[in-house]
Amino acid sequence: MSTPDERIDLVDAGPEPRAEAAARSTPPGAENILSVENLAMRYPIRGHGLFARTTGHVHAVNGVDLTVRKGEVLGLVGESGCGKTTLGRCIVRSEQPTEGSLRYRGPDGTVVDLARLNARELRPYQNQVRVVFQDPFSSLNPRMTILQIVGDPLRAGGIARGSELEERVAIMLKRVGLSPGHMRRYPHAFSGGERQRVNIARALITQPRLVIADEAVSALDVSVRAQVLNLLRDLQEEFDLTYLFISHDMSVVESICDRVAVMYLGRIVELADTGDLYARPQHPYTEALLSAVPRPDPRLRGQGRRHRLPDNFPDPADPPAGCFFHTRCAYAQEDCGSHQPELRTVIEDHRAACHYTEQLSLTGVDIEPDQAPPAPSRADGPPRPSQLKES
Amino acid sequence: MSMEGAPSPNRTPDRDPGTPGDVLLEIDQLRTHFFVDGGVVRAVDGVSLTVPAGRTVCVVGESGCGKSITARSILRLIERPGRIVDGRIRWYGAGEPVDLAALDAEGEPLRRIRGAEIAMVFQEPMASLSPMYTVGNQLTEAIRTHLELTDQEAWDRGLELLGHVGIPRPQRTMESYPFQLSGGMCQRVMIAIALSCRPRLLIADEPTTALDVTTQARIIDLLADLQAETGMSMIFITHDLGVVAEIADEVVVMYLGTVVEQGPVDDIFHDPKHPYTRALLASVPRMGRGTKQRLSTIPGQVPHPLQRPPGCPFHTRCTEAIPGLCDVQDPPMIDLGPRSRARCVLHDHELVREAAR
Repeated sequence: MSTPDERIDLVDAGPEPRAEAAARSTPPGAENILSVENLAMRYPIRGHGLFARTTGHVHAVNGVDLTVRKGEVLGLVGESGCGKTTLGRCIVRSEQPTEGSLRYRGPDGTVVDLARLNARELRPYQNQVRVVFQDPFSSLNPRMTILQIVGDPLRAGGIARGSELEERVAIMLKRVGLSPGHMRRYPHAFSGGERQRVNIARALITQPRLVIADEAVSALDVSVRAQVLNLLRDLQEEFDLTYLFISHDMSVVESICDRVAVMYLGRIVELADTGDLYARPQHPYTEALLSAVPRPDPRLRGQGRRHRLPDNFPDPADPPAGCFFHTRCAYAQEDCGSHQPELRTVIEDHRAACHYTEQLSLTGVDIEPDQAPPAPSRADGPPRPSQLKES
Repeated sequence: MSMEGAPSPNRTPDRDPGTPGDVLLEIDQLRTHFFVDGGVVRAVDGVSLTVPAGRTVCVVGESGCGKSITARSILRLIERPGRIVDGRIRWYGAGEPVDLAALDAEGEPLRRIRGAEIAMVFQEPMASLSPMYTVGNQLTEAIRTHLELTDQEAWDRGLELLGHVGIPRPQRTMESYPFQLSGGMCQRVMIAIALSCRPRLLIADEPTTALDVTTQARIIDLLADLQAETGMSMIFITHDLGVVAEIADEVVVMYLGTVVEQGPVDDIFHDPKHPYTRALLASVPRMGRGTKQRLSTIPGQVPHPLQRPPGCPFHTRCTEAIPGLCDVQDPPMIDLGPRSRARCVLHDHELVREAAR
């Protein structure tokens, strides 16, 4: 267990530039609830046979630095296989990360590295960091009543039992818009939207501080999705929650997130305030992701065709050299295949991992006039690799 | 319903929309019901729609609205305990016009149409392909079912098709098993199989729902390009209004087994006539609206199929419902223009006036 004086900003984990970058990303006044540092998750690939040897590794998460600020909704987007779910699973310690740290700041200000705790030490934190899963159908045990499902974390954690437990479940069910009278029913009696409310109730029953919502609304119908998104937002205000909102749906992410991190092949390639990232993407991958979203307006038809990405998603077990994205990037230069770009500040509070971002003028989404964030001035980024010429 | 329509401005200008005005498929009062233990599920309950030659009709609605069952009814892919209980599905294909609903589901006449004239692409590309056979096996088998070609000719045609749907190394893909391909590649193979006999109508049931947004965009581009090239018609089933705006010429909005509104894509998005269409459009987050937008919602949820409300199926969630009218009377389908219809009493002024009295 870490000592109370091990503060996030004083920590000397990892190489120097990383600590610096982490400190820079925290504006004065904002407190980090979680600081992910150099996190890696590697899965071994085994050969065939009885004595299956490890023949390689899949780098699902490959050196991620990310801070989650207290009280924010941080979006995490990317294509399937980019590692966003694995990152979420590492944070709630469903996975033991191979490398790196997860510095979590508790309510009393103490900082612990969740990545280094064993199962017993982890227990108090499992009530504080909770997850809402995607699939409202397979994530609820069909043999348990709603009372058992929602009350399970209280019972397992020894927090409440008997009539107290029942009372707390009733209050929580009511809060998520379900009738407490239905708590003795089984999941099959509920629709997809209602089951997702059960999932949310189960996550929030322990009064968590950080909630990982992994594609929490993706399986829901349009009208129900809007209800659940509004509910998540209300609950955030009411319970002072911080969300890590993992999703592949760029328009849902825009509607609910304060900041967005874009992930590609296990790495963060761009991180900025939502409005800024959508209006002025600084990484070609973000541009392509935004342009691929079909817009519910026939007048915008065909608009995204200029930025289509080829399908050749690289093998995560054998990522390309240099910039991971260069094999699909429309703007790739020769040296993109040899030098890996760092995630660096390009504009104030806007970070991107691309050598050439300053030379590109990437297209974002037209923000409706009254929503446009003020244009920040371009910061003096750290020096680019010397071999780069102005093109 | 008249079928001509101005081509969408952003489509390829040299696109041949088949023979405009020609109806290729006409569904009339289709009813497909499922006879289950608890009662009868009226999955499709009086659906009428027409597909003009060379155009794309999007069928949109939330899960359980009957859009997939409508599509499967066309190809007679309904399994027990479901069956078509009423209605006609007129097909104006290569031969004499036929009523597909009246054909023997296992018979030769239907078999000649299924796959050859009307092809279908499903949501789960991985589940639609057999893991036991190579892509080449499955593709050439599909080709040889309907065309009299030698093995070699079918193989060559398969290669050509795979190239056509944007698969980079067709030869290698022909020799691959489906599980060796990505979801997007599998869906391209499915599209190649569906197109192998040059169908006049392609029914695509949520073909991009399981795919990443970047892959989805390319599959939609591909389908639009192939349509421009071959002049085939498409029935495109989706719940994603963004996809609808991207690909549809005409839109059919379904709710609880009925068509509630139908019209040209621009009208549906910019001048929706049915309260459900309006509510659906309002509940979609739109990019560019900025963060922290509060979404408008549709109160309640889609009723259980066995507990269908009387009167208008949507009245339980409709903010404009008129008590004593909407919960009692089946709303009439009202023509609102040459190509627009809505099933709502609000457009029948006489009914509304009577109810007010």
